[in-house]
Amino acid sequence: MEQEKNFYTLIVFSENFAGLLNQVTAVFTRRQVNIESLNVSASSIKGVHKYTITCWSTEEQIQKITKQIEKKIDVLQANYFTDDEIFIQEVALYKLSTPAVLDNPNISSAVRHHDAQIVEVNPTYTVVSKKGLTDDIMSLYYALNDYNCVLQYVRSGRIAITKSCTEYLDEFLEERRKSYEAQQKK
Amino acid sequence: MATEKITGAEALMRSLVHEGVTTLFGYPGGAIMPVYDALYGYRDQLNHILVRHEQAAAHAAQGYARVSGKVGVCLVTSGPGATNTVTGIADAMMDSTPVVVIAGQVGASMLGSDAFQECDLVGVTQPISKWSYQIRRPEDVAWAVSRAFYIAKSGRPGPVVLDFAKNAQVGMVDYEPEKIDFIRSYVPVPKTNPDSVRQAAELINGAKRPFILIGQGVELGGAQAEVRELIEKADIPAGCTLLGLSALPSDHPLNMGMLGMHGSLANSVKTQECDVLIAVGMRFDDRITGKLSTYATQAKKIHFEIDPSEINKNVPVDVPVLGNCKETVAAVLALVNKNEHAEWKNSFKEHLEKEDELVIQPEIHPADGPIKMGEVVRKVTEMTDNKAILVTDVGQNQMMSARYFKFSEKRSIVTSGGMGTMGFGLPAAIGATFGAPDRMVCLFLGDGGMQMTIQELGTIMEQRSPVKIILMNNNYLGNVRQWQEMFFGKRYSFTPMMNPDYNMIASAYNIPNQTVVNREDLEAAIRDMITTDGPYLLQVAVIEEGKVLPMCCPGSDVDDMVLDY
Repeated sequence: MEQEKNFYTLIVFSENFAGLLNQVTAVFTRRQVNIESLNVSASSIKGVHKYTITCWSTEEQIQKITKQIEKKIDVLQANYFTDDEIFIQEVALYKLSTPAVLDNPNISSAVRHHDAQIVEVNPTYTVVSKKGLTDDIMSLYYALNDYNCVLQYVRSGRIAITKSCTEYLDEFLEERRKSYEAQQKK
Repeated sequence: MATEKITGAEALMRSLVHEGVTTLFGYPGGAIMPVYDALYGYRDQLNHILVRHEQAAAHAAQGYARVSGKVGVCLVTSGPGATNTVTGIADAMMDSTPVVVIAGQVGASMLGSDAFQECDLVGVTQPISKWSYQIRRPEDVAWAVSRAFYIAKSGRPGPVVLDFAKNAQVGMVDYEPEKIDFIRSYVPVPKTNPDSVRQAAELINGAKRPFILIGQGVELGGAQAEVRELIEKADIPAGCTLLGLSALPSDHPLNMGMLGMHGSLANSVKTQECDVLIAVGMRFDDRITGKLSTYATQAKKIHFEIDPSEINKNVPVDVPVLGNCKETVAAVLALVNKNEHAEWKNSFKEHLEKEDELVIQPEIHPADGPIKMGEVVRKVTEMTDNKAILVTDVGQNQMMSARYFKFSEKRSIVTSGGMGTMGFGLPAAIGATFGAPDRMVCLFLGDGGMQMTIQELGTIMEQRSPVKIILMNNNYLGNVRQWQEMFFGKRYSFTPMMNPDYNMIASAYNIPNQTVVNREDLEAAIRDMITTDGPYLLQVAVIEEGKVLPMCCPGSDVDDMVLDY
């Protein structure tokens, strides 16, 4: 029975060791699950890295993937979310031909209409930046592309924070600190 | 604490001694020479067994670990030395065996330059090890070794790889011993939910037809006594997985035999009839479950497990009980009522008898014709009072020994379960003789697996390792041949095998040996083997087209067993 696939965002915290990204992505590779986007950066906690990964998966499979990632020795925590459980953001850059922009007023109108910002203008090209959700960013891209003015385009991976008050990780680290102290007392 | 400057290689020696290591299996080479040089000064504390191929070092370390419960250690050089251990690492990962593989590596400044015998070992082994780490500075040796041993043996055990760069071996360091017993990102034993303990006990107390599956987790967790008490108190019939066979004595009245593809008919049938299925330290491998969608769907399921990622991995369960099964089974035991399930237990009998009549008796007491594998195994186990350690290779020899060998002591089976690694047997048996020097080690293998690691006869010769090698020669890759017969219209594609004169080979290695062709010579030959000190090779010419039965064919329901083919 083919189960329904959903779009999931996986948030992973790990120690800052070399080679961990490889271990995390290998869990997807082994199951032939495509990673749609991946963002890795330092987290708010010193020495802890945060990964935001999106993919299409069934609930059963994403559960298994999450557990396998969390099983890696230097991974602190892994959780998966659907879009209604998190705040999400992406950013995109569009490099447009300045002569084309000057030639066709619909281009700047599209930029305004999509609430995008102009970051750089020179006689050759104009750089526009937009943050938002995938659909908004893509919608601006399609609009601009219709005017044949896009020289380069890039969209970032998703970043996300949970709707819960604090990071789940804080609770985990606190619990681990307590069990370390308990173990030392023994 | 006063410290002194020593080399990283010397720091490795001290760290190994600090971890309580006494035995290593290895093979020297260029990038590990500083370590071997340091080892020369530690020969009185560290017994290094020189194998004849690095794969064997890994398997020997596995055999050592499996029988002793200690961490097996393997020492090899970089590049090919390291990659030769890969099969053993993957095998140890699948079968949860605590092994630490220490491999040489080119100096840190040459990493990534395609230097001579350079290989990205961490990259290669990351997906098949519990932890894989490159030591690039001598300062990291004590920390990395301590962390490696802690990870290998804690929680669900597994293999750890240390890739030891040459500059870190020769560099000087102020050595101080380390003892790591906590890693904040790693929870070796998950917390047990008290509700799950209560729910498990309730299910067991309410069960009319309970059935328990005993896995290797029971051996790894040292929960043999707790599980035995549980099944005796609640009167629960038990089946054992391949790796869990010696967790419960074979002659225990509640032991209904092995589970799975070639397990007992009764277990397979009863899996589909029980109302509560209790899995302890096992992972519902496909060789146990057969077709997943029909597997024990009628039963409520309890899963005692240390690894959270095993819960609901293959079979959805009603009550997962996370934690070390020694503690969780004891906790459930305290809440379980004394019970009796006479009728349910009796219902196993008809299937046990049917299998005995149709499969077992013809296999162990054939009226005439060539010797059969089952009768060889049964003779050996009887003549060693069921007290020996069984080591097997992979294939028919493995299934036949698992079915017909009997166990009276814990930690008595060493076999490649998850990986099914042919060539595992000979080196693993060598390791077992070092891990349990006071016990007899009986190795059953076929002519295929024998030739995969036959070079280890050299190690046996040199160490006089008392391995009793029982070579059941059918001139075929028997298990594949059986499948070709059953599923590929008898098209024996590359399974017949021409064999060398194994007696001449054994004699060349100075290993006493004998070949038996006739049934009436078998007992005397086994007696010779048992009473001869040290290693022995007993070759038995067995029936060429023998079959392991019963069999749950791949993709079939677990109770759909072929008894006769």
